[in-house]
Amino acid sequence: MGGVAYSERIKDFEGIREYMRQFYVYGFRSRESFLRNRSARSYDNERRRVESWLGDYMSFRQDGAGKNVFLSVDSRRIRRNPLYKAFKAKSFTNKDIALHFYILDILADGRPRTAGEIAEEISRSYLPAFPEDWSFDESTVRKKLQEYQRLGLLERERRGRETPYRLAESGVDLDGWRDAAAFFAENAPLGVVGSYLLDRGGQDPVPLRFKHHYILHALDSQVLYELLLAVDQRRRVSVSVRSPRNGHQERREVCPLRIFVSTQTGRQYLLGYRYDRRRLLFFRLDAITRVVPGAAEADFEQYLGYTENFQKKLWGVSIGEGRRTERIEMTVHVDEGEDFIVRRLERERRCGTVEVLDRHTCRFSAEVCDAMELLPWLRTFIGRIVGLTCSNQAVADIFRRDLEELGRMYGGGGDALS
Amino acid sequence: MLFHEIYGTYFQVVSAVLAEAVEGTLTEKRLLELVREKAFAESVLTIPAALRDGSWPLLDRNLGTPIRRRPEMPLSTLEKRWLKALLLDPRIALFDPPAEGLEDVAPLFRPETFIYFDRYTDGDPYRDPGYIARFHTILTALREKRKLRIQFQGRTGVRHSKKCVPLALEYSGKDDKFRLLTLEGKRRTSVNLGRMERCSAEEPYDPEAVEDIPQGRRETLVLRLRDRRNALERALLHFSHFEKETVRLEEDVYRVTLRYQREDETELLIRVLSFGPMLRVTAPERMVNLVRQRVERQLRIGD
Repeated sequence: MGGVAYSERIKDFEGIREYMRQFYVYGFRSRESFLRNRSARSYDNERRRVESWLGDYMSFRQDGAGKNVFLSVDSRRIRRNPLYKAFKAKSFTNKDIALHFYILDILADGRPRTAGEIAEEISRSYLPAFPEDWSFDESTVRKKLQEYQRLGLLERERRGRETPYRLAESGVDLDGWRDAAAFFAENAPLGVVGSYLLDRGGQDPVPLRFKHHYILHALDSQVLYELLLAVDQRRRVSVSVRSPRNGHQERREVCPLRIFVSTQTGRQYLLGYRYDRRRLLFFRLDAITRVVPGAAEADFEQYLGYTENFQKKLWGVSIGEGRRTERIEMTVHVDEGEDFIVRRLERERRCGTVEVLDRHTCRFSAEVCDAMELLPWLRTFIGRIVGLTCSNQAVADIFRRDLEELGRMYGGGGDALS
Repeated sequence: MLFHEIYGTYFQVVSAVLAEAVEGTLTEKRLLELVREKAFAESVLTIPAALRDGSWPLLDRNLGTPIRRRPEMPLSTLEKRWLKALLLDPRIALFDPPAEGLEDVAPLFRPETFIYFDRYTDGDPYRDPGYIARFHTILTALREKRKLRIQFQGRTGVRHSKKCVPLALEYSGKDDKFRLLTLEGKRRTSVNLGRMERCSAEEPYDPEAVEDIPQGRRETLVLRLRDRRNALERALLHFSHFEKETVRLEEDVYRVTLRYQREDETELLIRVLSFGPMLRVTAPERMVNLVRQRVERQLRIGD
């Protein structure tokens, strides 16, 4: 047996991201089907890691195609997103963990110290407790101090030619944030950071539960983080995007502008200005594998301005084929005592408008980039739709054909459901 | 940096171990307990060994430590920036956390960067002082394990008043609403906070007498999925928040089984309908009939 020994910790997040997504979203793929394009050891190690992190949510099924592993979570019954655990398995060296606790301990008295002073204190006060031959030279300590300064854990002072470090003062009463952190860890962008805060201990937050709670976005946190930094700094980025069709990676130069989030699928999308096409385009975050920050974008505000009008004609995240918009109208019958239908139309209409035509009839209409995107929503009114027209005739045609197929599926007697 | 070992489970567990070692109370048994309680399933094979065999020079052979103080890590810039970003969210008023210490911190993101394009527009009024005050009262009652007296308008407009044990707050990102889950006797009920008119914290209740939140009645929905127009991915993502299992039956046909609460049946029905003929309900029979009725009705009135 050669190679690197198995560890439940990982150096890079990207490798395991796709496995977790497969186990969680699909869950019907056998080990054998994974092995078509991956090594057996890679699959076995990644599955073992996920099982170690998320064993409570993992299930197994054996069928003719082999053993299937899947993650299944009723997110209404959990308080914290279990997928965040993957972000808490970063690998480190033996020296990393020792230095972490030594440095925090040495600086806890509030007195600033240089790298040399800390290295000397480590060898004098900490290492004698261990018979092994350890050494932490000044250069190693300095690198760790610089790293912790970049993370914000330490602050650096100027004292002549010396640069002593001290612990950063937080001044934040974290106990007062427990409930907010517990809520926003599940309901704010980059909630994984809230999860880190909750891991620090303290009182249990108040009991919170979440309905319609999509947790898969957790796996895209690193990508989102890098995009948000670029938005904040008004920078271009180069994104590597995996094609859903053939899995190939393509690089795109983009000015990131907005993040669109679906509360009904959990999907997240980047809306950015794509330079080679000279237009605004969407990218699914779960298809982005890498974000590399580029130069500052002087025209950021101008591109952002493009999104204002653009958004008014969007139903979801499809920009359609052409430059012309499509008009769609749906007339809905409302029975006596069914005012909730009118309220539904009002609250779900997005960029559309709703008119009450008479006591029993309402009309929804919208002018959108791609009317095809409305089809799933239109179907939720099946049983009440008395009229449907669209300037893109294909939309109304598909609706009718699908309805006829549904009629055959459900109307053909018992064998229709076999 | 988002993915860093300082936020990792290993550092958290070792911090907890050292906190007890500093006090001189750490035992072998306690070391294993802490690892089992706080770390990953297989960590029990690595963390105790690394601490005992000197790979991580933090614990000596007698489970003592040269570390002098209980480990405490300052907040990182990332953590502070995330907290600062939350202060810009209108829902923060519901929790009213202390803003001190974040004055000179730049938010990690701004609310306007995010567009929740399919969120319902009749969400709760997070800026309404009355709503905020009622929310605070509920938080207090949940924290102090007190009963609540609440007055609210039912769906039909009738005003109700009741005393109940508050169990939890439930939030839906799609509805953008909070509900209070309560216990009345042995029965679990819920009240939309948006319908609540008054509430007051009453006497404490015995938390021992209240077990975990009872679940509503759960049912099993079985769907036959035909993977056309990317329906497989769309449906599995759409229903991913349910406990579910997917089995491939044929090349492009799958069986999806998911568990749902009976109270959500109507909502689930229209969500299934949204997939058109790509999803066919095969069980329970009651759901099959509900879909059939809607489809037949549509076929009658549509032309």
